[in-house]
Amino acid sequence: MIEATGLTKHYGATKAVEDLSFTVSPGRVTGFLGPNGAGKSTTMRMILGLDRPTSGTVLIDGKNYLDLHRPLDRVGALLDAKWVHPNRSARAHLQWLARSNGIPDRRVDEVLDLVGLTRVAKRRAGGFSLGMSQRLGIAGTLLGDPDVLLFDEPVNGLDPEGILWIRQFMHRLADEGRTVFVSSHLLSEMAQTAQDLIVIGRGRLIAQTSTRQFIEDAAEDTVKVRSPQLDRLRELLAEHGRVSESATDAALVVHGVEASAIGELAARHGITLHELSPQLGSLEEAFMQLTKESVEYHAHD
Amino acid sequence: MTLLAVERIKLFTTRSPWWCMLLALFLTIGLTAVIAANWNNAPMPVLGAVYTHTFGLYVIMVMAALAVTTEYRFGTIKATFLAVPDRVSPLIAKAVVVALLAGLVGEAVGFGSWAASWLLADDNSQLALTTANDWRHVAGVGLVYAAGAVLALGVGALVRQTAGAVSIVLVFALVLESVVGLIPNIGDDIQKWMPFTVASKFIFGDPDASGMPDGAGPPVVGELSPWGSFGYFAAISLAVFIISLVVVKKRDA
Ligand SMILES: Nc1ncnc2c1ncn2[C@@H]1O[C@H](COP(=O)(O)OP(=O)(O)O)[C@@H](O)[C@H]1O
Ligand SMILES: [Mg+2]
Repeated sequence: MIEATGLTKHYGATKAVEDLSFTVSPGRVTGFLGPNGAGKSTTMRMILGLDRPTSGTVLIDGKNYLDLHRPLDRVGALLDAKWVHPNRSARAHLQWLARSNGIPDRRVDEVLDLVGLTRVAKRRAGGFSLGMSQRLGIAGTLLGDPDVLLFDEPVNGLDPEGILWIRQFMHRLADEGRTVFVSSHLLSEMAQTAQDLIVIGRGRLIAQTSTRQFIEDAAEDTVKVRSPQLDRLRELLAEHGRVSESATDAALVVHGVEASAIGELAARHGITLHELSPQLGSLEEAFMQLTKESVEYHAHD
Repeated sequence: MTLLAVERIKLFTTRSPWWCMLLALFLTIGLTAVIAANWNNAPMPVLGAVYTHTFGLYVIMVMAALAVTTEYRFGTIKATFLAVPDRVSPLIAKAVVVALLAGLVGEAVGFGSWAASWLLADDNSQLALTTANDWRHVAGVGLVYAAGAVLALGVGALVRQTAGAVSIVLVFALVLESVVGLIPNIGDDIQKWMPFTVASKFIFGDPDASGMPDGAGPPVVGELSPWGSFGYFAAISLAVFIISLVVVKKRDA
């Protein structure tokens, strides 16, 4: 379990994270979603004691990371798969990590096997593909068999096969009862990986809900309407929801009013409808919609 | 103890420390061999055998700086701080490992240079290590290398970049310490307290009478005794290292 309370981080004038509070529960994959620059990596660094919060606290199972003795037994974190000396072999990399936390050498071979790197264990890590580097990073997080795992954008730049592997791996970890916290800037990715979501924009919390709920809320009713009396309809609908012009043809796009309500409204006022079609917006659009404000604001910095 | 093993693995599973150690050994002993082979007018003194030890010192300091700056460059320092969040203990372990290694290389350089001189000099009647001072000239090289390594490690941890740390160390040792001597009036007084100048007094200072005419040896300045000089150099190294620990502990990794 991870609990953040009023977490804030300023880098000079940049407010990277602002009064962020959330909890991450065990036994589930929790997605940490936000556009680039939203403050996900900064938050993860604070969780792990690498960066000092400007204010606020974050606890892992009730403890500050900095107070953990041999933390790899409790927390495994992969913030950047590139944090490996390129001339060191995969095995040597895991060996020094294991040794630092009193983890026996045999465990190094076990985790290499778990992520399928046994065959290349003696090769220098600098020659690894991104997918292999990610696997090596994940092997490192598993060394101490920890209950809490953090991954920062683990699928960035991976091929579909690699993405699928990581996704399944996370589900397995969560099914074993562990706390899995994984960040991404893609809602479509999170929709397939995470059960819960913590959504941030511009360093602030936007939502903490289940992924399903978030997607339902995000993709609020959007209906496309065509009619010969478009002007009259626009006026009427504006009283009930948000109305915008369709970009592609002479039609209205209505947000926040159900299709049936629009139909009834039109009937009451004797307006002919040529089309009345609920739109299933893409997840990504819905997400953009929700975080738009924070992103726009950000662009002005 | 486990952290010492960790830092040992880290150091020896990359190539640059090996290159630096080999370079320090061959450069210094090689230069001494050339000097010794050409020393044919008078008996070669012990000081002559360690005259070039500073070359190896600079190389070893580069190795020490690299030991920490490459960790910053490749992000392994963050992996280290994730594994050992107090940050101070892995850096101390690194300092111990690097200092021990530098000390060993220094002894190898000192005695290697001495042995090369013994073999190659026409007249080695003055080279026998008979007094405590003789031993200090030769065995002291290891101590200076160890202290210098700790100093460079501290600079590396403060600066975090290889280019920056190496330039600071080399420019300071090779340029700045000689240039301050040129400042009118106070230059000499400042220079005799500069760390590398003082460190060389530990190696070269108070030689026993030898075949060498007075003032023919390497220049030796400073107010302190040879061992006091070493204490001074070691204290400065330790101070820089401790400052780096405080800074590393406070700042964002
Ligand atoms: N070390 C740092 N120094 C200064 N600004 C930083 C630093 N780290 C991150 N930032 C800034 O903080 C904001 C959040 O960045 P980050 O946490 O990396 O976002 P994300 O991971 O969500 O893309 C960005 O505006 C970024 O430029
Ligand atoms: Mg990021």
